Order: sequence, then C-alpha cells, then structure tokens
Amino acid sequence: MSDTTVLSSHGAVSAGQHPLFHLPGEHHPENGTLLGFWLYLMSDCLVFACLFAVYAVVGRSFAAGPSGADLFDLRLVALNTAFLLFSSITYGFAMIEMQRKRMGATMAWLAITALFGAAFIGVELYEFAHLIHEGAVPQRSAFLSSFFALVGTHGLHVTFGLVWLVVLSVQLAKRGFIPENRRRLMCLSMFWHFLDVVWIGVFTFVYLMGVLP
Amino acid sequence: MSAHNEHAAHGGHGDHHDDHDDGAPHATVKGYLTGFVLSLILTAIPFWIVMGNVFDKSSTTAFVVLAFAAVQIVVHMIYFLHMNAKSEHGWTMLALIFTVVVVVITLSGSLWVMYHMNHNMIPGLMNETHKMP
Repeated sequence: MSDTTVLSSHGAVSAGQHPLFHLPGEHHPENGTLLGFWLYLMSDCLVFACLFAVYAVVGRSFAAGPSGADLFDLRLVALNTAFLLFSSITYGFAMIEMQRKRMGATMAWLAITALFGAAFIGVELYEFAHLIHEGAVPQRSAFLSSFFALVGTHGLHVTFGLVWLVVLSVQLAKRGFIPENRRRLMCLSMFWHFLDVVWIGVFTFVYLMGVLP
Repeated sequence: MSAHNEHAAHGGHGDHHDDHDDGAPHATVKGYLTGFVLSLILTAIPFWIVMGNVFDKSSTTAFVVLAFAAVQIVVHMIYFLHMNAKSEHGWTMLALIFTVVVVVITLSGSLWVMYHMNHNMIPGLMNETHKMP
C-alpha cells in the first residue's frame, strides 16, 4: 500500500526525469583509493609485525656481545621521537591548510614536515654509524641483526616518505589542489601518521625495554 | 509518508556530503592539537619511567611502558589517522581489526613457540654444540 504511494508521488514530481534514489546511511566515495591505501598500510603493518616478532624472540641473544643497555642512548631516541611527533602534527596542519585551499601555507607546513623527517633520518644514520664504528654491526649477534632489520626497515619507510613528500610538493606547485593531488596528500598523510604509530612500537619495545636490566 | 522520511534523512546528510567529495576525513586544528598534546604526555611518561628508574622491577617497568604505548597507538589512530567505525562503510575498521588479530597471533605465537622450543631442546646436545670450537 505504502509502496504505491511512494511511486505515484515520485512520478508526479519528477515526470520525464530519471528517478532519484537516496539511501540513508549509505555513502559512496568517488573511488576506492583511500581504502586501498589503507589495506596496503595494514599489509605493511604485518611486515613490521614479523620484524617485531623476530626481535621479540632473539632480542636478548647477545652472543656475548654488547646489549641494548650498553649501546642505546635514550636521549638521542627521545630527540628522534620528538622529531617524528612534531613532523606528524605539522603534516596535520598542512592537511588543514589544504582543506582551506591555501597553497602557500600548505607548502610551508609540508616543508617543515620534510625538515623534521630529514632530521629524524639524520639522527638515525648518526646512531647507526656510531654503532657500526663501535663494532656493533648486524652480523655481531642475533640481537643486532634483528635490531638493524627492524629499525632499518622503519628508517627506509621514512626515507621513501620523504621522497614522496618532495615529489608531491613539486606536483602541488605545478598543478595546484586538483582532486588527484588532494587524494595523494591524504594517502601520504595516512602513510606518515602510520610510520609514527610504528615508531611508538619501536621506541617502546626496542629502546625503552631494551635498556632494562 | 515514506518519501518524506527519505527526504528528511537526506537533508540531515546534506552538510556531510559537501566535505566528502573525495571520501576524505574532515580534519580540525583542535583534533590534531588534542592528539599532539596527548601523545607528548604519553611519550614523556614512559621515557621518564625508564630513564629515572622509577620502578625497581624490570617486569613492572616493561608492563607499564607497554600499556602507555598501547594507549598512545589508540590516540594516534583516532586523532591523526581519523579512524572511526563509519569511514568507508566500516571497511577500514574491519581491515584494522583483522590486522590486529593477525599481529597478536604472530607476536604471541612466535614468543610462545620459540620459548617452548628453547626449553624442550635436549640439554646434552645444546651443551655439546656450545662446546664445539
């Protein structure tokens, strides 16, 4: 009974046009890129989970070599953590400026984000060079192998994030806030914040728990 | 009657639709600052606990530090990655739950299996291999 009422009222209003259907609660995005990128991040999460599992199993196998307490400088790790956290918030500000469609401010925040990211990589490379100089090379013990594999993989991700950031800035400068660039900015936003989430696991599980007696 | 309901429902979604031209989450300065301040606190406390030797027992320290990390990961997910049950019809949340389940199985399973492997090795054999040049 009620169905026929709806049909007749629609027919009266939109005669000759295509019928419009509004499904409450259903919303279709333009494309599935953001969901697809999220699925990539989740698979990346599994890669890191395997590396964390390896570190969890062999992280205390020092083979009579140096331990985490001997090697790690927590002040350096705290500095690195601060760099990555600051780069996360500055990327957030870049996203907000993108929503306001202000190109100059977006580019400025992206540049600051890149600087913090580069500082993070710089400190990490300094730490690695220091460790290798002291003889704490990856082949020294299972602990050091898993340490370099896990932290190195994270650092590699940040490095590629930096490359992406620079390329995207060039694209933004040339084309402006076209839908493709907005989508790319949102994907990089997820990537960047995801790396910060992984770093929480790294500094807690590897560094803070590594120096415990 | 039913047609009226549909229109009312669409009207309520009107402002929602404008921001979602590309399925983007809507970010706010307040949200980012809240997440940032919370993360700063949740990072500083574990560093202070470890560097200041607050607890005598290592196991207590490890447990507390891990708890802080878990809370901070949730904070990042909500305020920086804009996770909620509704984005992409809930598919992002479903993927996240699936991933968390697999990650927990990977970590706890690896630790459990390898712990028992170490304990069930034949003791004599282990010592022999250690003594070998």
